[in-house]
Amino acid sequence: MKQVAATEDLLKGLWKENPVLVQTLGMCPTLAITNSVANGIAMGIATFFVLVGSSVLVSSLRKLIPNEVRITAYIVIIATFVTVADMVLQATVPVIHKQLGAFIALIVVNCIILARQEAFAAKNTVWRSFLDAVGMGFGFIIALMLMCSVREVLGSGTFLGHSVFGPNYEPWVIMVLPPGGFLTLGFMLLAIAAWTKRKAPKPLRARPHDVTTRISQKAVV
Amino acid sequence: MSEPRLDLTASPHLHSPDSTAKIMWTVVFSLLPIVAAAGYFFGISALLVVATATLSTVATERLISGPGTLGNGSATITGVLLGLVLPAGMPLWMVAIGGVVSIGLGKAIFGGLGQNLFNPALIGRAFLQAAFPQAITTWPVAGGSFFALKGDNFALPLMRGSAPDVVTHATPLGLMKFEHTGTGIGSLILGNVGGSVGETSALLILICGGYLAYRNYLNWRIPASIMLTAGLFAAALHLINPLYPGGLFMLFSGGLMLGAVYMATDMVTSPITHKGCWIFGIGIGLLVVLIRVWGGLPEGVMYAILIMNSLVPFINRATQPRVFGVEAPSRLKRKAVAS
Repeated sequence: MKQVAATEDLLKGLWKENPVLVQTLGMCPTLAITNSVANGIAMGIATFFVLVGSSVLVSSLRKLIPNEVRITAYIVIIATFVTVADMVLQATVPVIHKQLGAFIALIVVNCIILARQEAFAAKNTVWRSFLDAVGMGFGFIIALMLMCSVREVLGSGTFLGHSVFGPNYEPWVIMVLPPGGFLTLGFMLLAIAAWTKRKAPKPLRARPHDVTTRISQKAVV
Repeated sequence: MSEPRLDLTASPHLHSPDSTAKIMWTVVFSLLPIVAAAGYFFGISALLVVATATLSTVATERLISGPGTLGNGSATITGVLLGLVLPAGMPLWMVAIGGVVSIGLGKAIFGGLGQNLFNPALIGRAFLQAAFPQAITTWPVAGGSFFALKGDNFALPLMRGSAPDVVTHATPLGLMKFEHTGTGIGSLILGNVGGSVGETSALLILICGGYLAYRNYLNWRIPASIMLTAGLFAAALHLINPLYPGGLFMLFSGGLMLGAVYMATDMVTSPITHKGCWIFGIGIGLLVVLIRVWGGLPEGVMYAILIMNSLVPFINRATQPRVFGVEAPSRLKRKAVAS
């Protein structure tokens, strides 16, 4: 029973409660840095690392952190991991680090991370929090990859720098500009809303005689 | 002798003979002379661009809203107008994308005809301007053989058009902005200048618009206030510093005529009160001159109209006429303070 719940912790972040596409959290990096796949990978991995690290630390310290200053404590923990990620990126991939600019430091205020601490890590065991953070982190990476692929392929005609359509491709400049981010995200949310609406069971029509039939059936049972 | 009949019916007692479809199709027919003139100046390329834009908007409308709304002609107007504000040499696949965006993002996403905040044709053009800035600013020169293409209209979808072997030329506005050379008012009025497919002949647009205003299918206050404001503002600037373009040049160049007569007067996206129409038009006129004189782009009619479109709900609210027999809210407030 508990095992099933644990896999659910891991899997829910990928699609059913995807942090970007369903909870619409972390819009700032999702809109700002998804104009190339390389940027998206770097941002996704950095956020994944910060999320997993701080979830594990917060849940292991959850009984020590006083309730009144918990947000402050979470921010300090998150900021520590962000500083680590920032320095590692700067040392290993300086070009991408330069392109991402302030958005690396801004992972501190990414609401996906703070939301997972407040909503999950503060109330659950270290193992469960770890699974939750891994699921949410991968969900974030999936969403970023979807955005990046659409925007880089249309906006530059490339994928990870490799040409997709050949040298004569006319790039859709708008897709690598901010409006392209809003358009892509809007269309993705539209598609997902349409899909979930189609899958959801039709709401029961509240008609008086329906209610009475249901009650009478219950009475018979 | 029969007694006079007394009909007792509920209001309204006055019916307008005009339906949405009738108005829309009249506007479409009033655009036909402008399309014909575009064909005269830019040859078959212009007609191809307009036809592609129209086909694309009508097909998108059919796909999204079903067959029911095609009859009212609004998708056709959007398509023709979109075609008229693009350069003649544009690859047709880009024109088709513009049509899809016009209807999809400009109209259908808001809930269809009557719900949209922005002029759909201008949304399509704004998208194309941001997506393909180079193709949309390659202006072929008018004239030449009718059947000579004015650019690589038949470029393969998603591919760049091959370098055009036709002569391209800056528009009068581009010349004024970047090289400070004027263009004669005469050729501006007749339309023998570089520019979008339909924004060349100012005189023809004025005649067609005058017909629509006479039929009361557009509110003459909007084009009048746009032209008055833009002309006077530009003339004042020209007096201060002769380097700035004059009032007549401002009026007859670029898309101002087409924008003022056909785009700004779109019934859905313009104010409903007469006072609101004046405010709307003055705002557009000011913005056009501001963008043309100090902005980064040589032409600003599209953005001026889109910006004022977004203010229309507020203009409508601010210019509500006083209900007969009810005191104005400001006077009521003053009374309340006094007592």
